[in-house]
Amino acid sequence: MIPRRTALGALLALALPLPLLAAEPAQRVIGVGGAVTETIYALGAGDRLVARDTTSTYPGTATELPDVGYMRRLSPEGVLSVAPDLIIAEEGAGPAETVQILEEAAIPFVTIPAARDGAGVAARIRAVGAALGLEDKANALASEVESKIVSVADASASTAETPVRVLFVLSAAGGRLMASGVGTEADAMIRLAGGINAIEGFPGYKQLTDEAVLAAQPDVILMMDRGPGGNHGSANVLEHPAIAITPAGQAKRLVAMDGLYLLGFGPRTADAVADLHAALYPEKG
Amino acid sequence: MVTLSEAPTAGDRRGRARRATWALALLTLLAAWGSLATGASGISLLDALGRLISGEGLSLQEQVVLWQIRLPRLATGLLVGASLAVSGAVMQGLFRNPLADPGLVGVGAGAGLGAVLAIVLGGLLPAALAGWFGMHLVPIAAFLGGWAATLILYRVSTRAGRTSVATMLLAGIALGALAGAATGVLVYAADDQQLRDLTFWNLGSLAGASWAKLSIAAPIMAIAMLGTLGLARGLNGLALGEAAAAHMGIPVQRMKNLAILCVAAATGAAVAVSGGIGFIGIVVPHLLRLSTGPDHRHLLPNAALLGAALLVGADMIARSILAPAELPIGIVTALMGAPVFLWILLRRRGLLDL
Repeated sequence: MIPRRTALGALLALALPLPLLAAEPAQRVIGVGGAVTETIYALGAGDRLVARDTTSTYPGTATELPDVGYMRRLSPEGVLSVAPDLIIAEEGAGPAETVQILEEAAIPFVTIPAARDGAGVAARIRAVGAALGLEDKANALASEVESKIVSVADASASTAETPVRVLFVLSAAGGRLMASGVGTEADAMIRLAGGINAIEGFPGYKQLTDEAVLAAQPDVILMMDRGPGGNHGSANVLEHPAIAITPAGQAKRLVAMDGLYLLGFGPRTADAVADLHAALYPEKG
Repeated sequence: MVTLSEAPTAGDRRGRARRATWALALLTLLAAWGSLATGASGISLLDALGRLISGEGLSLQEQVVLWQIRLPRLATGLLVGASLAVSGAVMQGLFRNPLADPGLVGVGAGAGLGAVLAIVLGGLLPAALAGWFGMHLVPIAAFLGGWAATLILYRVSTRAGRTSVATMLLAGIALGALAGAATGVLVYAADDQQLRDLTFWNLGSLAGASWAKLSIAAPIMAIAMLGTLGLARGLNGLALGEAAAAHMGIPVQRMKNLAILCVAAATGAAVAVSGGIGFIGIVVPHLLRLSTGPDHRHLLPNAALLGAALLVGADMIARSILAPAELPIGIVTALMGAPVFLWILLRRRGLLDL
């Protein structure tokens, strides 16, 4: 389904906005997906946004926009109600029924591909720029962000003599650990920051047994920072019986970062890689 | 259901049931009008109608909102609500058990498993096949899953041409557990995007309504509901027990077959287009039985009307309370239905002692 939707988005991006973009760039845009909305702001087009989805929480001004719902459950009438003339959405936005109705209403729906590295982030920024008619600005930003990510990642990779083993914990609710395997954004970030993903046995996020936690021997636990009040999961995670006896638990090493900043693969990713690297290797100063 | 001692009072309530039919029809019309007239985009129905009549025409967006979003959604809501409520009433009559709901014939569990299969493993289909099914893969899988479960249950509980409802009830629990376990395995294999899709599917929504889906599901639901109208007399007889009903000349086995067929078709189609929407099938028949009596000749059409009105009303709330975002409708039906139901039970406790 996803390739089909992407093809549809690409088709629309090619076919529909030609008159729109050539003559008059879209002025009422909906940003769907945290990184997409962030990129629109980074390109200085934030004033053209008329709505956003639930995952678009940065920058703070974005949260003042009307929220059209979770990106995979967009409501067709809700989207139409803000009278958009362009929707820029991260890959995976939907559902297909809503996309089809938007197509019938002749509203361009541009899908931005997923990214896991510097080149991917640059491609995303260029795609958002093309949709907004801001190609030059996007090219400049994309090159800047890409070279920054690449240089930060190279520096992280070259300076780490003994790579740190990192366990990304998505959730520790009820003492059950949902951890990241390979192929996730978290896995990509750990690698970019010069760490080693402590779990390589499965793709995606899965629940870990205590023995698997012990076998993984993580040096650091990485979690999403859910802000004040919502943080009890990460506060207690070091006391989790299995984690407590790992090197991470012994040394009390927990790194918590904002979810969108850490895993969004948007324009702030280079800073996020640098921050994560600094948190993983504090002795380097 | 109702004990025999209530039979004398049932006489007075039949007139009430007939008046209730008119009131409910009016309520359904009002809900339908309200549903067409409200929505996140603030397009006014009166204004649009006025302009249609004056020949001024509507903008493309207004046309899409009214014809491609609100109207198919309203039609889906009416049919799904009516199907779930009627199926619930039939099941409670057939099993002579107030807790029976369409889930008992395995439709819910089977449809859930079908949907989960399609969501998690749909990506493994050959591209040509996946392209052909497109976005209808999940509803089709849910419908087939519901049917498969019902067929299995029916086979298990039918011996020598006689279907035992007790066996069916027990086998339904076992089959539900089995489907739940299979679903669990698939959930474990799912990635986090699929997990979110699963969660939302289970909460149900009318947001995916479209003419294309409706053109397949609507005839199934409509025919199944018409089929249940022929069951009313038989279900009344069945309240006295199977043996008594047979002595009254009611073809018990044929009636069971028809009831199971209709419920599986109506619920299967309803679940396929809207996901899992709970509570309508239980609350609506009970509300009506408590207020207008247990006579199925009135109960079934009234349940269809009230179910339709209730679901359309719930959908109005679901899509306007968070506008422009919307809430899964299963949350709204349970939030509205459960407390009301509890309150009625508390007030009229004596009536429901079985």
